[in-house]
Formats: sequence, structure tokens, C-alpha cells
Amino acid sequence: MNIHEYQAKEILRGFGVPIPNGKVATTPAEAEAIAKEFGVAVMVKAQVHAGGRGKAGGVKFCKTPADAKEKATAILGMQIKGLTVEKVLVTVAADIGSEAYVGIIVDRQRKKPVFMVSAAGGIDIEQVAATTPEKILYLPVDTRYGLRGYEAMRMGFFLYSDVKLAKQAAKIMQQLYRAFMASGCSLAEINPLVATPAGELIAVDGKMVIDDNELDRHAEIEALRDVSSEAASEVDARNCNLTFIKLDGNVGCVVNGAGLAMATMDLVKYYGGEPANFLDIGGSSNPEKVVNALRIITADPNVKCILFNIFGGITRTDDVANGIVTATKANPLKVPIVIRLTGTNEEIAMKILTENGFSASADMDEAVIKAVELAKGGKAA
Amino acid sequence: MSIFINNDTKLVVQGITGRDGSFHTKQMIEYGTKVVAGVTPGKGGQKFEDQVPIFNTVYDAVAATGANTSVIYVPPMGAADAIMEAVDAGVTTVVCITEGVPVLDMTKVYPFVKERGVRLVGPNCPGVISPGQAKVGIIPGRICIPGPVGVVSRSGTLTYEVVYQLTRAGIGQTTCVGIGGDPINGTNFIDCLEAFEKDPATKAVAMMGEIGGTDEQEAAKFVKEHMTKPVVGFIAGQTAPPGRRMGHAGAIISGSAGTAAEKIEAFKAAGIAVAVRPMDFVEHIKAGLQ
Repeated sequence: MNIHEYQAKEILRGFGVPIPNGKVATTPAEAEAIAKEFGVAVMVKAQVHAGGRGKAGGVKFCKTPADAKEKATAILGMQIKGLTVEKVLVTVAADIGSEAYVGIIVDRQRKKPVFMVSAAGGIDIEQVAATTPEKILYLPVDTRYGLRGYEAMRMGFFLYSDVKLAKQAAKIMQQLYRAFMASGCSLAEINPLVATPAGELIAVDGKMVIDDNELDRHAEIEALRDVSSEAASEVDARNCNLTFIKLDGNVGCVVNGAGLAMATMDLVKYYGGEPANFLDIGGSSNPEKVVNALRIITADPNVKCILFNIFGGITRTDDVANGIVTATKANPLKVPIVIRLTGTNEEIAMKILTENGFSASADMDEAVIKAVELAKGGKAA
Repeated sequence: MSIFINNDTKLVVQGITGRDGSFHTKQMIEYGTKVVAGVTPGKGGQKFEDQVPIFNTVYDAVAATGANTSVIYVPPMGAADAIMEAVDAGVTTVVCITEGVPVLDMTKVYPFVKERGVRLVGPNCPGVISPGQAKVGIIPGRICIPGPVGVVSRSGTLTYEVVYQLTRAGIGQTTCVGIGGDPINGTNFIDCLEAFEKDPATKAVAMMGEIGGTDEQEAAKFVKEHMTKPVVGFIAGQTAPPGRRMGHAGAIISGSAGTAAEKIEAFKAAGIAVAVRPMDFVEHIKAGLQ
């Protein structure tokens, strides 16, 4: 789960990381009032779940409160990578001496969180990694022991030759690490970490991505979720315990299991169609899940045909069949449906479907070909 | 022959009285797996289905029954502890079915398991089946038949799909391993490929990968350098958009890494026959077995 910059900074501040004063505004007048309250030059920053906000014009320096109002007017309502800016962070502008990058990410290869630090901060770290990898220090952490003092110091001295700055940086590494572990992050980043001409370190931008699997033990973080930044259909699906991702095609897919769901989308494409979504109804089935899945998919006007691909293991195919019957009785379908079912309780499922006027196939390719054809407006073979 | 589990597997089920644990324990027993013990804290001394003794701890279960393998069906927040308990109790193989285990928990579990030389499969996986010998996990037994093909996959139902198509074509399997869809898991493709290469009964390998990470690319390198047996590969998620997690926590394309195209290229460069559709495994495996 992504959280906004202002939320990440709030968490980091709680762990002692030095963060410039800031407040969130949803109107230009609020932005002006906040700038007036701070009484110094501010930055107005778009709060959306997208990278490249600066390049898109979503981050502006403002000398006066009137300036802040004007910039906020331009940024609020702006589209960045398809997302509408509904909030801006108004924050005290830092006096920049130098900029560094500090990040922690869970690394699949090393199977550990790995610190990445670089004195070449403020820019895209992936670009630094690609062009000048020697400018990045990678430091894996054994989470059984935590970040050791000497490891933090090593990173501090990698960034700064000045002892005072290096020690401050080491302290920030420890604070960032604690915030990362305590919040169940898969990524936490300070970019840039600014050294002011006065010799103070300050985190000018902060980012955190939370492991979805941690949310059950972090209600306080789940509460930070900004549903306005997600597609309404995806929010709806999540509330029904379905994994759903909206795409641009016209074949609506309902599948059990993530791998099979991806393979089904790929097969739709292979036979000349375009999938309208990724939808995994998960392992343990109940008819209710199928009813919700159908409701979410049919709400997309692009969907011209619905394809079920169910391989029953834990999932009982008769549950899925009952779900299809219940859902279509309550809300008759306006588009054709193609059903592929095999596995646990297949005979019962087939009987339920046939008795209710549906037909089903046991072959995946056959079903996909038929669905693609129907979505194109053709007749099923 | 087979890998990881066989006729000598003596299984303890952690979470045997839970909804999933009890359902799948019955299925494993029905399949012929030697389920020697179950663990549910507080239910020690009772029996599961009047036949399998239940213990309060894995330690007690191993001491009393000599169990050498554990399968885990406990809720996600307790899974890391359950894995380490099994390892500490002395089993040599642990299969963790649980989905939704926090990845930071796994950063502690992984080195703990490796340092003790234990084989961990999963978490978030369908488990392992050696057709005709034993089944540990949730892979439906009736879609498998004994035969010469080793199967390894990051996915559950996609594994079933491919195994089903192989079985329908009369091609059986030595062992099918679902390694799981999480970013950090105990067993990777290379571990399985290495075991299949050593297993005299395995004559060819079917490998199903997906988008995200670089495990498949490393597996391809391993195949090129160390495998004499034919390998057929498939990658799910060719139509997945970057930056979106496709169900599995591990299935996300980040930056330029982990795309399907990149993995398929790596397969081809390593001489792995690529199945474009799941059904293509049948022809490629047939060709490889000749």
C-alpha cells in the first residue's frame, strides 16, 4: 500500500527524523494561510501516488503567501499520471547545501532489507544505479540483529566527510530503520536528505510503501489509506476480499489463483483479444465472492464478454456455479458469459449450470477462443 | 524416485484442527501420505479423526512420532513462528501453505532455516506432491499420475492447469513443487532444478514462472550451466501492467526489471523450450522425453 508524502513524513517525524514544518491544504486559501503562519518561503507539493511530481509541475517554490495561493490553485486539480491532485503539502522551504539519497528496500536476492545511500541525491536513484553504480553504497541488514551502530556510521561516513554530519546521518539511518521495521514497510526513502549550509541534516522528501500483508497488524497504517487515489472498482473489490486490477480491454476475466489469472489474460491476448481486468477470486470460494466479482466486472461498460476460468482445488466449482446462478438471477447479464470449470465437484457444478441454462467447457483454450470471439461481437462457434 | 517427499515422509500437520488444516489433512491421508501427528496448542492428547494424535508443540510431536516433515496451515501472523518451531523441533523439511506472511517476518525466518540446513518450501504455496507416494499441501491428488516429469512453479492453480494437461496426455510426474508467489521464499527454482537433475527418475522438467524479480533469469543461467535434462519454461503475466501487484506479492514489475519479455528471452538464451500457452507444455515435454 502506498501512503502520501505528508503521511510518511508524519511517521518519520515520530521516530525522530528531522522534517521541515508542513501542513496539508485542500484549497488555495488554506495553502495561503499555512504559508502566512510559517512566515517564510515554502514549497507547495502535490500529494498523489505517483513519481515524477516535480517534472509534472506538481512541486513549486513560493516566496510569499500570495505566491503559495497562486501555485496551489495551479496544482490542486492537476492530473499527474492520470491521478487528480486533491491535496497539497505546504512545507517550509529548506536552505540547501547538498543533497543525498537514503533508502531501504526489501531485496529479493539478498532476502534482507538493504540500505542504499548515495551522495548523489535529489535525482532518480535508478538512474544513478545505472550510470554511476560506484556512487551508491548497498548495505544489507540482518533483521534478527537490527542495524548495528558501526553499519550506520559506515553509511554516515560514506555520505559525509565531516564528522558532525556523518554522526547526524548515522542517527537518521537508525531512525529510518526503526520506522521501516515498525511500520511493516517494503520501501522507505528520504530523497533528498539535505545538508543545510548551517550544517544541519533535514529530510526534505519522504516516501514509504507498506507490505499489504502487514496491514492486519497495523490498523493505524490501514487508516492512512487514501481511497480517492484508487479506482472505485478496485476499492470495492478489496472490500469484498477480491484482488482486482482494471485494464483497458473488453474481456472481463474471473479466475481463481494469481498465476492462472495472469495466464488467462495472456491467453486472451494470444487469441487476439484484450483483457478488461485481472481478477483473482482466491482460494476458498463461496458463492458470495462470485456474485461480487460479477457485479464489479459488469459495472465496466467496456466489458463485452465475461470469461470464467476456474480450476477447482480448494475452490469448489459448485460454489462458483451457484454464485453465477444467484448473481445472474438477481441481475440478468447484458453481455455473454463463457464458463470454463474443472476440478473439485465438477460434475455437480456442470449439473447446476446446465439446469439453469448455462453451458460450460472443461478446456481453457476453447473457452478463451470463444470469449474473444464474443467480445468482438462475433458468434460463438 | 522423487524430490523432497516420498514414501519415507512422516508428516506432522501444524494447525491440524483449523478449517484448512483439517480439510487438507483428510485429503492427504486419503492420498496415502503418512500423517503421523498434528499440532494445535491446547489440544494435546486428543486425536484427529480418531486416528492422528494431536500435540501441544511440534517438539512433543517429533519426540513421540519421529515426524521428519511438517506442513503449516496456521494464520499468517503466526506462520513465521510456526516455521521456526518446526525447524527447532528437528524436522528436515517444512512446507508452509499459509498466504499473507509479512515479508519482514521472512527476512528473519530465511537465515534461521538456512543456517540449520532445513528445506523450507513456501510460504504462500500449494505444497509438494510425489504422485503415488505422498502429498504434502493442497495440490489435488487426482490430477497427478506417476511418471518422468519434474514440475516446479511459483503459482498454485496454474500448476494444476499444466499438470492436468500433462496427465490428460498420459505424461506423469516424479514430483510437483509449488514454490510460492512471495518475494522471499525458502525454495527457489534453482533448488528444485538441482534436485530434479540429481533425481534419476526425472527425465524432463516443466517450469512455470511469472513476472517480478529475477529468479527465472537466474534459473535460466543454472539450466544452461548445470542441467543435462530438457527443461520447458512458461512465464505468466505478459499482459501485466508495470507497477501493479498481480495478486502474488512477488508478481510486480518494478522499474525495468521483472518483465515477462525479459524472462522469456533469458529462457531462450539458455536453450529452454518456451511454452507460449500452458497447453504447449505437452508437445515440448514429449519432444524432450524422446
